[in-house]
This record gives sequence, structure tokens and C-alpha cells, in this order.
Amino acid sequence: MYGGGYIFDEPNNKQLREEKVHDEPEKLAAFEERIARGEKIEPGDWMPTEYRRQLIRLIEQHAHSEIIGALPEGTWITRAPGFKRKLALIAKVQDEIGHGQLLYNAAETLGKTREEMINDLLSGKSKYSNVFNYPAKTWADVTVIGFLIDAAAIVNQVANSKGSYGPYCRALERICYEESFHLKQGQDAFIELATGTPDQKAMLQDALNRWWKPIMHFFGPPDKASLHSEKLMEWKVKMASNDDMRNQFLDTYVPKIWELDMTLPDPALHKNEETGRWEYSDPDWDEFFRVINGGGPCNQERLQVRKWAEEHGRWVRKALMQPTEKHAMPVA
Amino acid sequence: MSLDPRVNRLKLGDPTAVIKVEAGENWNVYEVFHQEKRGAHHEHVGCVHAPDPQMALIFAKEQFGRRKKCVNLWVVRSADILAFDSEDEDMFATNMEKTYRDASGFKVMEKINKFKQSKGTTNHVK
Repeated sequence: MYGGGYIFDEPNNKQLREEKVHDEPEKLAAFEERIARGEKIEPGDWMPTEYRRQLIRLIEQHAHSEIIGALPEGTWITRAPGFKRKLALIAKVQDEIGHGQLLYNAAETLGKTREEMINDLLSGKSKYSNVFNYPAKTWADVTVIGFLIDAAAIVNQVANSKGSYGPYCRALERICYEESFHLKQGQDAFIELATGTPDQKAMLQDALNRWWKPIMHFFGPPDKASLHSEKLMEWKVKMASNDDMRNQFLDTYVPKIWELDMTLPDPALHKNEETGRWEYSDPDWDEFFRVINGGGPCNQERLQVRKWAEEHGRWVRKALMQPTEKHAMPVA
Repeated sequence: MSLDPRVNRLKLGDPTAVIKVEAGENWNVYEVFHQEKRGAHHEHVGCVHAPDPQMALIFAKEQFGRRKKCVNLWVVRSADILAFDSEDEDMFATNMEKTYRDASGFKVMEKINKFKQSKGTTNHVK
């Protein structure tokens, strides 16, 4: 799943601005030429301090999103309707955890250890995709997540897989391949409810109504409110603007929802045929920022569950530790 | 109360508690090589964290062998991989110029045709 367009950054990162000044201009020029030629950057290459920092931030938050994203879905494994749905959901949740591992490894090649990343998640310093601060109340929520959140994540991840950092691209290629199964099984379960009994339809409509706002938030704030986007796009860290990705998502998936006679809770939502852009009401960006800063319905539970897991798994990790082993970062 | 009965059974601790993972607690890094079919090369596919090579193999199977064809996996400690510095890439720069190392660097047909042509002319005269 799950990387959103929005990458949280600490405001006023002063240390960074000072370091940026020290990047050697000749190396920077050679680096930018290399990216402009379409070449990939690999772990041992020289890279600007800011490029490294932004990538760590991006990939790490993507990794956290995979791990935390498995929690609302994992809730439903024991209650999934039928054996096939249960098998598929177990497989999907395992995939998401696997994606987290792949992404942590990619971030590690940039010099931040796995332990540092986990600690930043647990302390709240590092964020994850905001959608997972909302609860999955019914089985229909799981189908909405599996279909639409995964679809949104694929839009984002396919774009990012064409970025400039080799290890991240390779991880995303594998991830996107597995995501295609997630999307399809989610759509299958979604259609089953949408074409089912009146109760099933009502349950799905209720889930759609509750999830629409987080889905609109998924790609992050409008372009006019996003900081530092230009440089990131030039360096091919960010491959498409938040609004462009959101538009692409709406263009592909709103018709797929409407054709099943389901509705979306925004009367203003429509495609402007002249501009080719979707128009919609303000999805309440204040709520987005409130939730990402800890004020959502599930923020506390998600982190508490992660802390519980780290605390209770510690004796196993320690029992297996080989402290004399020479430690290393991933090679590629 | 959580919506998840399993979470409620956990008796989660104090939300303000500080839990820190120690350096090295997530073990070491192993590179993973995947063989898709008998007779094929093992190809690098990524890495796993593990405390020792045996566990690395188990994790590699979960991570890289749970879909599609796989007949074998290798793991090797990342610290044991020796590679050239990527900044030394230019030492391979003249490879493409060394056509004398390539089949395409030798134009035998030209020579054969030339020979046949000259022979044909001689025969004709005869």
C-alpha cells in the first residue's frame, strides 16, 4: 500500500539550511546533470545533504505507513467473511509488513539505522500516512481501504518508482507488483457489497461516506500550500504534484464508484470537461493537520500497539542477538 | 476501548511511556539472492535483517520466496560484500570501444565476399 503524497517535515529545520550551504557547487551541478540525463543515484554516490535528508524522510514515512497500515486491516482477519477473504486478507497484511521491511532497507542505505527509524516512529517524531489514524469500523471499511486507499497508493507509488534513487525504485517495483493483487481483491470485495443486499449496500455507502475525507487528504495539501516541492521534483524525489496525483486518482476511480450506483458525500464533486480537472469542496485541511499532529481517533492506539509489540518482542530479539557480529548497512 | 478485541486483550501500557529500541537490536543485514529456476543464475533481490545466516534464510523465504517461482535462495552478510566504489565507474568507460573483444568487431563476410568476387571475375575470364 500506502505511501501518501504528503511527507511531514519538521518546521524550521535550521540545521538543514546551514548544511545545505556546504554542498560543493561543482558536485551539485554534476549530480543534477546526472539526474537530468535520467540516471539513477546509488547508495555510494555523492548526493546533496538535502536530497539525502528528504529521501530518508520520504522512504521512512512510507515504511511506517506500511507497518501501521496493517493494523486497521489486521483487525478484520478474524472476522473476514469466508475462507477465501480471510486467506486473501492474511496474505495482504503479510505483504504490507514485507513492504515495510523493503522500504526500511532502502532508507537504511542512506545512513539512518532501522532502530533510529523505529524510535522516531514510537516517539511521534516521524509520521505515517494519515488515513491510518481512522478506524475500520465494519467489513465494508476493509473493502474501501483495500480498493480505494490501495488504488491511491498505487498512483503515488507508480509515480515514485520512476524517481532518481535506485534502491527506492527497486523496492517500489516489487511493491507495485504485489499491490496489483491488493487492489483487485479489494475491488472484488467492494463490488460484492455494492451489488449485494440492501443491508450490504447501506454498509458500504456508510463506509464510503466516512472514508471519503481521509481519501481526499491522502495525497496531501493542495499544491499552493505545499512547501519545497520544486527542488524535490527537479531531483526526481517527488514525481508528481499532490493535486496532479489526486486528479489522476479521481479520474480513474470516481467513475468506478459511480457505475456501481454508490454515491460520494461531496455534492460539488465533478469533472470540469474544459480543464480536464476534477473539482470538489474543501475537504477540511484543518482536520488533516489536526489528525497528523496526533488528534485523530486512532493515533494513540496505533502507536501504543507498536510500542507494545516492540516491548514484548524485545526478549526474543535479544536472545537471538550476536553482539560480536560486524554490523553493516544494506549494500543496494 | 479499541474496535479490535485483540488490542483490548493486550492491556496496552501508558501512552506516554517512552519505549526505545537499542542500536543493534534489529540484528544484522544480509543480502538475498533468488534463483527462479534450475539452471538460472541467482540474482540479487534485496536484503533482510537477521541475527544469523540460518534465520536470514528463513526471513528471505518469507520476504522474497512467497510468490511466483523460486527454487533456491542464497544469503550473504552485507558486510562481506566487496564492491568497487561507484565513483570509480570510469574504469569501465572504454569497454564499449574495445570492439576487438567482440564478435561484432570482426567483419569476415566482407572479406569472404571480396574474395568470392575476385575469384568469380578470374573464373569468368578463364
